[in-house]
Amino acid sequence: MTEIGAASPILDASGVSKRFGAVVALNDASLQVASGEIVALMGANGAGKSTFVKILTGALRPDGGHVRIRGRDRIVASPAEARQSGLVPVYQEPSLIPDLDVADNLRLGRTPVEPVLHWIQELGLGGLRLDDMIGQLPLATLRILDLARALASKPDVLLLDEMTAALPTDLVERVLKVVRRQAEEGRSVIYISHRFAEIAELCDRATVLRDGATVGNVQIEPGVEERIVELMLGASMKPGETAKKKQAVRQDGATAPPRLRVKGLGAGAKLSDVSFEMGRGEVLGVVALEGQGQDELFEVLAGFQRPDAGTIEIDGQAVSFSHPADAIRAGHTLVPGNRADALLMQQSVRDNIALPFSARPKNWGRIAMRGEGERVANAIERLQIDTRAQGELRRLSGGNQQKVTIGRWIATGVETLLLFDPTRGIDVRTKRQIYPLVRDLAGQGASILFYTSELEEIQLACDRVVVIFGGKVFDIMDAAEADEQTLMRAAYGLTGKALPGAAEVRQG
Amino acid sequence: MKSVMRNGWIIGLLALLGLLLVATKVIQPNFGQSGLESLSRAALPFAFAAAAQVIVVVAGGIDLSIASMMAVASVTAAVMMDGGAVPAGLTVLVVLCLGALMGAINGSLIVLTRVPDIVVTLAMLFVWEGVALLILRAPGGGSAEWLRNIIVGGVAIPGLPPSATGWIPRSLLVLVICLAVIWVPLRRSRLGLAIYAIGSDQLAAFRSGVAVGRTRIAAYSVAGLFAAMGGLSLTMSTGIGEPIPGPYLLASVAAVVLGGVVLGGGRGGLLGPIIAVFVLRLVRMDLTLLSVDPNVTTIIEGSIMVVVVMIGGLLAVRSRRR
Repeated sequence: MTEIGAASPILDASGVSKRFGAVVALNDASLQVASGEIVALMGANGAGKSTFVKILTGALRPDGGHVRIRGRDRIVASPAEARQSGLVPVYQEPSLIPDLDVADNLRLGRTPVEPVLHWIQELGLGGLRLDDMIGQLPLATLRILDLARALASKPDVLLLDEMTAALPTDLVERVLKVVRRQAEEGRSVIYISHRFAEIAELCDRATVLRDGATVGNVQIEPGVEERIVELMLGASMKPGETAKKKQAVRQDGATAPPRLRVKGLGAGAKLSDVSFEMGRGEVLGVVALEGQGQDELFEVLAGFQRPDAGTIEIDGQAVSFSHPADAIRAGHTLVPGNRADALLMQQSVRDNIALPFSARPKNWGRIAMRGEGERVANAIERLQIDTRAQGELRRLSGGNQQKVTIGRWIATGVETLLLFDPTRGIDVRTKRQIYPLVRDLAGQGASILFYTSELEEIQLACDRVVVIFGGKVFDIMDAAEADEQTLMRAAYGLTGKALPGAAEVRQG
Repeated sequence: MKSVMRNGWIIGLLALLGLLLVATKVIQPNFGQSGLESLSRAALPFAFAAAAQVIVVVAGGIDLSIASMMAVASVTAAVMMDGGAVPAGLTVLVVLCLGALMGAINGSLIVLTRVPDIVVTLAMLFVWEGVALLILRAPGGGSAEWLRNIIVGGVAIPGLPPSATGWIPRSLLVLVICLAVIWVPLRRSRLGLAIYAIGSDQLAAFRSGVAVGRTRIAAYSVAGLFAAMGGLSLTMSTGIGEPIPGPYLLASVAAVVLGGVVLGGGRGGLLGPIIAVFVLRLVRMDLTLLSVDPNVTTIIEGSIMVVVVMIGGLLAVRSRRR
């Protein structure tokens, strides 16, 4: 390693911009990392974090700005070149080949075996054998192995993306210790995490992204969490202008059993223990950072996946779904986050809305054309779907496509609607049409579980909100109290006033 | 434990092969040296076609143009050697290079155009078929006599009594040598690892620093080389070039599947599919010996494939549960 003055950073990215078609993902992202420094890179969902990481690691090329390592301009065409230039990433999904064994994976990346074995020992995975097949190892092991491989190449800058997300507590401790030692030896670390506790323990500085731009650099010191949350949210906080409308709907909830009661639900590695109740005619918001178990929660409730633990009760009766059709029969319908998962893009609007009518084999016969036409027309009318291009769904705008995914369940009649980020990537006007629609459906007695990555929507559309952190319910509050700042704090596992019993979550 | 899991499929196939050999002996008591010899010679082009398909499938693709490339190689060899125009040794070299080139063209088209493998190689099936017919309109040409002798008869090693080695067909030895010369070094190289890697998980391979495009071209190129060997073996055993592609494409896919190579890529070896070629040939031979209707024969072959793959899948699921 050559000595470079303390003033000049090892990694210097500034003014980085990137657009995908009309969408600006980054417009002015910057990040400086000095030698021996651990910098947290933070930002809310959709702030451009992952695009920035891809650019830093050479998986994407920036449209503007520059990335310099050790003062040299760096144009990286591939991850291999980024590695050679001294920046080594550990991605959230391990970059190991599932059908090769450990030794072959190391050979493939020209990684020397001895140092990897050393780091594996150091990180507490002594039992790993070189002829273990990658595909048969658990995720936590793979992430550690990926980290060991990165460390073995003696990087100048180590980029860790949610490194501790899938790890059990003892491994987390070891990883943090090893990372700290790296910094003491003069290497730099970019640390991406949703866990404030780790950032406070480990990092020197935090760089905050919002809407594709770097909006702040703060030294980590006690009480800095507030400042970071403010930076992530920006000045756009308007005090709860919409403490509104939720009248009448919930009074019957006191006596009758709730429409949906979930107890101790766990599935896969991410969802561990979620319980809540949702009444008839209630819109229950769900807020969580990416990967806290919300995907699994919705998949379980929609019958895509079976839970490992816990129970689901509908109107007081325990149910178990072994197929999405079971869930639909029980009145559970999912509007997935990715519209393409739910729609037949090459079919017409009408066919898409009518699809659930004929989902059951007993309806496979003749289609009642007139009845279907009426119901579809009603749904289109109600949703104000732009039907100029109705012959083929893929020619509709994203917002209109989203309205079709909701519209098909309106036409079928729905009891429990599971909306997974229904306003992701659609225009403001359509969003404004979707909130009243959600309220309308609730007014007719439907129960709606509404996950959103846009925190302001909680107050616009929901009655109450469940905050999930680390696979567990962190807090349940009334939407009226759930302004963006409160939600953001809770989503990061920071407590203002937590539920009793949430204490262990914060420690974990 | 791991080696048993890895080789379980091959052990099963070998058992099936042994069973079929015994059945053959029962059906046809005088099945012996010459029967084995003709079986092995008939299996030769099928085995090369299967080898070509294996490497492409392991890399996560599929090559529908294998039989057509074999036809091009076959007619090129026959035309060059016709009347001794070009020495046979040179011809072999040229044809092998031609095969690698055809494969490289297939692979480059897939990488550069980003059109799916199955579409590009389907198109190339017709292209290479046309090329073969341009080179030679009707079956014809010739082959050097000594080339033909390489694959006819039994192995004779000076100094050993003929009875010790004579029962081994020469064609089998040729097959083993040709495949081993390419496959063994490949499996021990980083290119070989990279081929398995891109078939297994392309994103992870890219992130591990594998040049995905170049690796894919190399895989198709090796497949072209094997296809050329298959074409040469056709000319060698018949003495003429045949411009119309034989039934080698679907047979190669069948052998790959029966041989335990996962069609999704990344898993499987060469030995399984080669044994599978012999299994399929023997089944056909036995059914012919039993004078079963040829149409029924194909039904039985298809059923065997589904049943074997199904049993393999069930065993894999059970061993995972345990």
